[in-house]
Amino acid sequence: MGLKEKTSDLKKRMRNALKGGGDKAIKKQKAIGKLTARERIIALLDPKSFHEYDLFVEHAAKDFDMDKKYLPGDGVITGTGMLSGHPVCIYAQDFTVAGGSLGWMHAKKITKIMDHALKLKVPLIGINDSGGARIQEGVNSLAGYGEIFFRNTLASGVIPQISVILGPCAGGAVYSPALTDFVFVVENISKMFITGPEVIKTVLGEEISMEALGGARVHCETTGNAHFFARTEEECFSQIKNLVSYIPWNNKRKAEKFPKKSPKTRTYNIENIIPADAREPYDVRDIIKALSDDSLFLEIMELFAQNIVIGFGRMDGETVGFVANQPLVLAGVLDVDSSDKAARFIRYCDAFNIPLVTLVDLPGYLPGADQEHAGVIRHGAKILYAYSEATVPKITVIMRKAYGGGYIAMCSHHLRADFVFAWPTAEIAVMGPEGAANIIFRKEIFASDNPDEFRKQKVEEYKEKFANPYVAAAYGYIDAVIEPAETRKKLIRALEISKEKDISNPKKKHGIPPF
Amino acid sequence: MATKNDTYIFETFIIEGAEYKTLLSDKFKNRKKYEEKDSKIITAFIPGTILKLFIKKGSKIAEGEPLLILEAMKMRNIVKSPLEGRVRSIYVSENEKVAKEQLLVEME
Repeated sequence: MGLKEKTSDLKKRMRNALKGGGDKAIKKQKAIGKLTARERIIALLDPKSFHEYDLFVEHAAKDFDMDKKYLPGDGVITGTGMLSGHPVCIYAQDFTVAGGSLGWMHAKKITKIMDHALKLKVPLIGINDSGGARIQEGVNSLAGYGEIFFRNTLASGVIPQISVILGPCAGGAVYSPALTDFVFVVENISKMFITGPEVIKTVLGEEISMEALGGARVHCETTGNAHFFARTEEECFSQIKNLVSYIPWNNKRKAEKFPKKSPKTRTYNIENIIPADAREPYDVRDIIKALSDDSLFLEIMELFAQNIVIGFGRMDGETVGFVANQPLVLAGVLDVDSSDKAARFIRYCDAFNIPLVTLVDLPGYLPGADQEHAGVIRHGAKILYAYSEATVPKITVIMRKAYGGGYIAMCSHHLRADFVFAWPTAEIAVMGPEGAANIIFRKEIFASDNPDEFRKQKVEEYKEKFANPYVAAAYGYIDAVIEPAETRKKLIRALEISKEKDISNPKKKHGIPPF
Repeated sequence: MATKNDTYIFETFIIEGAEYKTLLSDKFKNRKKYEEKDSKIITAFIPGTILKLFIKKGSKIAEGEPLLILEAMKMRNIVKSPLEGRVRSIYVSENEKVAKEQLLVEME
């Protein structure tokens, strides 16, 4: 064969491999609103940037007549490309080829691209669409999963890892996404669970649909396993592009700087957002939008534990991570879920050099036997751990209530916030006036002729004396009491001055956070 | 008590004696309320099948004596009496499938 023939032979081989699972399987995939694996990669990445590798990889299994089966690319597509101008490594499981099942060579392709990502220090994107382990390959498919989980763990905190669930992701397979930083799901398409509805029915006699057990909404609202909810694959891809624009390629870099833009203060004006009465709610996301460039805020885990808000925005063009109590939901209390949600985000920001801006307005922790029994002590401790450990610039704004343990937890000076600002409306106290008066004046209230009136009077007295920022400011726990309208200016100044912040924690192998 | 603004209907939520207007999450509204456990009431700790009953109504039982076998997840679990007493009623029969938390036996 000459060069011409050899080239045309290559083209033939490529055409053959590019067919994936064939027309019938592709038709089936499309009928349920799903793109094919290759279409997904093309749709997600910048135009013409995808370079595929390992197209000719084939499985080597022999049992159960597997030696007679040709599975193009062994059911997974891997390669490199650009995403919003950032280099990335990517893989996408191809459900049209043997149900995207994971065999040894399939896993080898994935681990190879993971190794590349870790070496090249670029983000890794995994598109999951797989029926699970390739049973015919037995223990080799388990080995494959294990090799993936191991790499997910080593890459954690070094390169951003993004999981996109665009089909089933069941059994052991779910643990790869669970180990990654951000999980994207799409309504009616994503399905994640350890044991499926059929097993649950036979073993436990409980009937539940796949969507109710592990659909996109469940993982966004109830379990907290997923971070971004979309209605279509296209919407999901634009969410990923948006996220990538906020984060650096690896832990040695800073996020890309964008042109500065002022917030839309006509729509988001702090003085109009905050109600005069500290017991009245407002949407803290409006405050974030009043502070961030162009009033843009990328909220993460929007539907889970809504009593705390986390996400990315920019200030003077630089990415910051916002953590804010949300008085709109459950008065903004801390509880098991919100602690979990915030703590992981704080650690993410710290790992990837993203400064933290914390907005405080909370009455304390959520009371209840269910909370105590669910381990709110251990989960609540995660926030303390994450803030204490974080060495990125940490700036806190106490807007209204900061009572008791909640005050400490929300990045107080005691956890080494660099700057703590308070508004004149801030109430920093060991507990709320009502609770404090009830304890301090318990006997007097009981002995009074008119206990209600007496209690009210004592609450007022306590409020007058302690429900303000000046007691804490007198001890230096607050660096400055500022007017709400100048918050953005103060934050930008504090971020600017903290740019070269360089501190390190005691040398250790790793800490032991209350997982 | 609920109050309304243009977008939301707020509930009153009390933390340390202070009343806050806020939204309550579904998870909070559906939370499992704590109930004191009555040791005389024996319920299925796991869904499964009653494989064998060792007791009859009125049987005198010592503490730790086997009451029944509850098979679940391919395991035969011997359910033992948490106290000394008499069997007041039996609510299940052999080979019956039971759900989690289903009432099995009442002691007195």
